[in-house]
Amino acid sequence: MTIVESSIEIKKDIKQNNSVVVEMRNLKKSFEKNHVLRDINLSINKGENLVILGQSGTGKSVLIKCIVGLVELDEGKLLIFGKDISELKNKELIEIRKKIGFLFQSGALYDSMTVRENLEFPLTRQLGSIPKEEMNSLIVEALTDVGLEEAIDKTPSELSGGMRKRLGLARTLILKPEIMLYDEPTTGLDPITSKEISRLILEVQKKYNTSSIIITHDIECAKLTANRIIVIKDGVCAAQGSYADLEKSADSWIRSFFE
Amino acid sequence: MEKTITQKPDSKKQNLKIDSENDDESISKSLLKKFFIEVSSLTIFTLRFFREVLKPPYEFNELVKQSFLIGYKSLPLVAITGFIIGLVLTIQSRPTLAKFGAESWLPAMVAVSIIREIGPVITALIFAGKVGSGIGAELASMNVTEQIDAMQVSHTNPFKYLVVTRVISATVMLPLLVIFADAVGLFGSFIGVNLKGNVSAYLFFSQVFQSLEFKDLFPAIIKTFFFGFAIGLIGSYKGYNSNKGTEGVGKAANTAVVFGSLMIFIIDMIAVQITSLFQS
Ligand SMILES: Nc1ncnc2c1ncn2[C@@H]1O[C@H](COP(=O)(O)OP(=O)(O)O)[C@@H](O)[C@H]1O
Ligand SMILES: [Mg+2]
Repeated sequence: MTIVESSIEIKKDIKQNNSVVVEMRNLKKSFEKNHVLRDINLSINKGENLVILGQSGTGKSVLIKCIVGLVELDEGKLLIFGKDISELKNKELIEIRKKIGFLFQSGALYDSMTVRENLEFPLTRQLGSIPKEEMNSLIVEALTDVGLEEAIDKTPSELSGGMRKRLGLARTLILKPEIMLYDEPTTGLDPITSKEISRLILEVQKKYNTSSIIITHDIECAKLTANRIIVIKDGVCAAQGSYADLEKSADSWIRSFFE
Repeated sequence: MEKTITQKPDSKKQNLKIDSENDDESISKSLLKKFFIEVSSLTIFTLRFFREVLKPPYEFNELVKQSFLIGYKSLPLVAITGFIIGLVLTIQSRPTLAKFGAESWLPAMVAVSIIREIGPVITALIFAGKVGSGIGAELASMNVTEQIDAMQVSHTNPFKYLVVTRVISATVMLPLLVIFADAVGLFGSFIGVNLKGNVSAYLFFSQVFQSLEFKDLFPAIIKTFFFGFAIGLIGSYKGYNSNKGTEGVGKAANTAVVFGSLMIFIIDMIAVQITSLFQS
């Protein structure tokens, strides 16, 4: 890393430390006897891309599903924009969750709807009825962001794997979220398409100044997108640091992710 | 049991017998446990339906769309089966009635059996096969591919949006389909009567309507609401609570049909008891 680059990193860090957008304190979650999350402590700063690494089944998806309320936590505190979500009223909770985008591992596209309808769904659901022209311009903008303008009248089944991921991204971006949660955004894609998606994540970060959690096994994706990496093992955060730090970790198990 | 096949039968016969007895017992115990878990979670699901159906917001657009899809898609199948049943029933009944010299009773007899029993039950079975399995498979695949989670993140109650709309649609559309099937069945019967002999449409239908009473029609239609409700509810339950794997989709579709069909007969039996109670 050159000196210039690392000084930029430091500047970024100072700016980021000003505000923590998501914070988890002693988070615990079990499914019956399966203790998935044992004691998770982490925070995401504004504008930061946080990559989470970990083996399959360690509860990475459960972790980010807690943030949007798809999974209820058993114990611990979850703060979003500095507010403890267990203390919020329903209305405030809805307002906060509007600002969080979730890109599902499988894309979670609505098969029975066209591309356009897939994008209309979150719009009408979150914002109520909005004028047709406004809706249309938002849809076109979201599709242009991910380079999918031509597919507007297709159905999801007509799209390739990479296109499906991009449509999933467009569907989350259309609400201009401040926090983005990516669940294995490049899994199942070829290396070239994976790289495109990784670049797209960076573009989104720049354009909308989003703070993101990116779950991935794809070390190339982690290298490209991460400002910081956290490794999860046995339900706790086993290590954290920059890509360069962890790559040279003394722990051979952690190093094994980077091989 | 597979275990007995893989082991040598002579040397360990005694042990095996005890083993398999224990196994049988534990299997029947776990089956029983499974059954009660299933019944209780279906009950919870049903109660949730009644709670959510009353609470706003109402997913009116989706309800209309689902009703259209559910009704419209089953229409051709219901028409064909209704016609064939009416035709075949007439052809099959003629010789028996002829034996007693009661051929003129043919339209009346066929009408009563179609409207009281065969129309509702056959249509409901077809509905279970087409719509029940369709709902099961659709919701299960939405579950597997995280579409249900995605809806929830989009500030939509997936139970209301997916389950409530489908259950109501099935409940409302099946009775309409049954009335349609009855009508087509009577037409089939009219054709059947005219294959041998010559009965005018006027005569045929006036005989049909003379033989039918309100007490035939009313319970027959009422029970189809329950058929439709059961099919929609079981399909939704199986799909919504399916395993998060691709095999879960097939299983949901399959069990939705099996349980749905079984429920039709159970409801039919209960309905017959209740109506005979009122008629005696
Ligand atoms: N809704 C659920 N009910 C029961 N167990 C679950 C549920 N969701 C996840 N799990 C379990 O939690 C563990 C972690 O799952 P997950 O977060 O999907 O792992 P990954 O790190 O691969 O994303 C798995 O053992 C899974 O079986
Ligand atoms: Mg996962």
